[in-house]
Amino acid sequence: MNSREFKIWDPEMECMDREQRRALQGERLKATVKRVYENVPMYRDRMKAKGVEPGDIRTVDDLKKLPFTDKPDLRDQFPYGLFAEPLEKIVRVQGSSGTTGMPIIAGYTQRDIDIWTEAMARTMTAAGADSKDIIQVAYGYGLFTGGLGAHQGAGRIGAMAVPMSSGNTTRQINMMRALGTTVLCCTPSYALHVGETIREMGIPLSEFRLKAGAFGAEPWSDNIRVRIEELLGIDALDIYGLTEITGPGVSFECLMKHGMHVNEDHFIPEIIDPDTLEPLPYGERGELVFSTITKEGMPMLRYRTHDLCRLHAEPCECGRTLVRMDRILGRTDDMLIIRGVNVFPSQVETVLTSISGATPHFLMVVERAGSADQLEIQVEVTEEMFGDTVGVMQHLQKKISENMKSTLGLTAAIKLVAPKTVPRFEGKARRVIDNRKL
Amino acid sequence: MYVKQVSVFLENKKGSLTDLTKILSDNRIDLIALSIADTEQYGILRCIMTDTDKGAKVLKDAGYVVRLTDVLAVCVPDHPGGLNQVLQLLTANGISVEYVYSFVRSTGSHALVIFHLSELERGLKVLTENHVKLLDNDQVRSL
Repeated sequence: MNSREFKIWDPEMECMDREQRRALQGERLKATVKRVYENVPMYRDRMKAKGVEPGDIRTVDDLKKLPFTDKPDLRDQFPYGLFAEPLEKIVRVQGSSGTTGMPIIAGYTQRDIDIWTEAMARTMTAAGADSKDIIQVAYGYGLFTGGLGAHQGAGRIGAMAVPMSSGNTTRQINMMRALGTTVLCCTPSYALHVGETIREMGIPLSEFRLKAGAFGAEPWSDNIRVRIEELLGIDALDIYGLTEITGPGVSFECLMKHGMHVNEDHFIPEIIDPDTLEPLPYGERGELVFSTITKEGMPMLRYRTHDLCRLHAEPCECGRTLVRMDRILGRTDDMLIIRGVNVFPSQVETVLTSISGATPHFLMVVERAGSADQLEIQVEVTEEMFGDTVGVMQHLQKKISENMKSTLGLTAAIKLVAPKTVPRFEGKARRVIDNRKL
Repeated sequence: MYVKQVSVFLENKKGSLTDLTKILSDNRIDLIALSIADTEQYGILRCIMTDTDKGAKVLKDAGYVVRLTDVLAVCVPDHPGGLNQVLQLLTANGISVEYVYSFVRSTGSHALVIFHLSELERGLKVLTENHVKLLDNDQVRSL
C-alpha cells in the first residue's frame, strides 16, 4: 500500500482504525440523540412513540432502535421545525425543490458549515487537488448546495476557486483555457456536454490543463465516466450528497474509483430493506439511510434517501478506512432527476387529474438529446378531454404544458396519443421509460 | 334540424385511418361525409355515418375516443357564389363558422356542405329565415 500516491486531507480521520472510529461514532451518536430529543419535538414524539429514550442509545448498534426520517417530514416541518438550534445560531440555509414546488431547507450553524467544508476538502483532495490547483465550479450557486459546497471545499484546501456557476458553455471553456483550470466541478451530464463542445470546436486538449473532475448531483454510469475521461483527458470522479444531510461531501471517490468513501465520522450510513425497513449487512443491496452525528443546526436521524446501493467495508488501496458505497443503482421510489430537477410521476398524475377530472393513462419518456435531457409526457386522450376542434385540443395541450411547468419546475413536451397507446401493466403501472444510457 | 356528426381522435400513426374504416366496413356502416383536421401529432376525423349510434359504439368498443356533435347540413346552390351567399348571411348576423366540409355525394343542382357554427341555434334560424335549404338527419342519410 502506497498512500503517498494518494493525497489525503485528514489522514487521522480518514485512515482511522475501524474499531476506533466505531467508538467515536457511538459517542457522537449518543450526544446527537440527546440533543435532538431535547430540542426537536418531532424526534422526541417519535422516540416516545417507539418507547425509546436517549439513554437507550449507547453505540452504533443501537441506531436501529431509532425512528426513520423521510422527505415528507421536511416538507411538513418547513421551515424551521427540524432545527435543533435557535435561529440566531443559524448562519445559512440551503435548499432544494420539494415535490410540491415548495423548497425544502436545511439550516447550518457555523460549525455545520465548517464540517461541510472539511468534507469537501477531503473530496477535492481525493481528486488529487491541493493549493496549487485551479478549481472551476460549474455547479449552480444559490440555494442549491452544489456551487457553494464545491466553492467552500476549494477555499479550504487553498486552491483557486473559479465561481462560474452553471451554463454558458463557451465562456466556461474559454475560462478553462485562459486560466488553466485543473479541476472541474459540475454535473456529469454537463461535463459530457463541455467535452463534446470542446471536440466540436476543434480545440486540442493540449490547450487545457485539466486533470480531474468531481461530478455529482445526478446518477451516472461507468460508460459515461469513460466518455468524459476520453473527451476531457481527466480522472472523472463520482461524488454524492444530499441537501438534507449536508450537500455534496457525504461521500467521494478516490483515484482508485472503487466506490465512494463515506465521511462516516460525520454521517453514519446504513443499508435497509426498503420494504421491511430492517437493516441489512454490508455487501447487500438496499436503501441508503444516513444519520448525522456532528451537525448542530438540523441533525438528521436515519434519513431515508430512497437511493439503492451497497456498502463495502474492505479497506481501499488509497489507505482510507472509510466505508465505501457503490454508485447509486436505482431508487426505491420512482423519482427521476431530469436536468437537475427531481421529478415524480405522481406529480404528473396530479396535474393531469386536475385538468381532466379523472387520471388519464400517461407515459413519461426521458431522452438524452445532446447535452440536455428531454422529458416527453404522452397523455392518452379520453372522452372528457376530447374536443371537436383542433383549437380545443391545442388549448388543452397548452394548459397541460403550462401546469406541468409550474408544478414540475421543468418544461416537458406534451404529446396527445390515442387510447391504449400507453402500455398497461398488471399491478403497479410503470409510468416511465428512461432511455438515457446512464 | 341538426345533423349528428361523429368526431374521432386519430393519432398520426400508420394505419390509424385504415383501421378505423375497416371497423366501419366490417359493421356495414357507410360514410356519407368525411373530413380530417390535422396537426403534426394527431388529426380529428369528422364524419356523417349512415348509422350514427352503431358507428359511434363500434368505434368506442374498438378503443377510439369518439364524440357526437350537432351540425347543420346545408344545400348550397352549385354555382360560383353559392357558398359565399350562405357565408354572407352568417357573417351579417355575427355568426362565425368553426369548420366546414362538403359531402361526398350531392343532389343535382346543389352541393351539400356541413357547417359547424359558433351559435348553432341562431345560425339555423338565420339560414331558415333566408330560405337556405337544409337537410335533416334522415334526409341526409337517404341520399
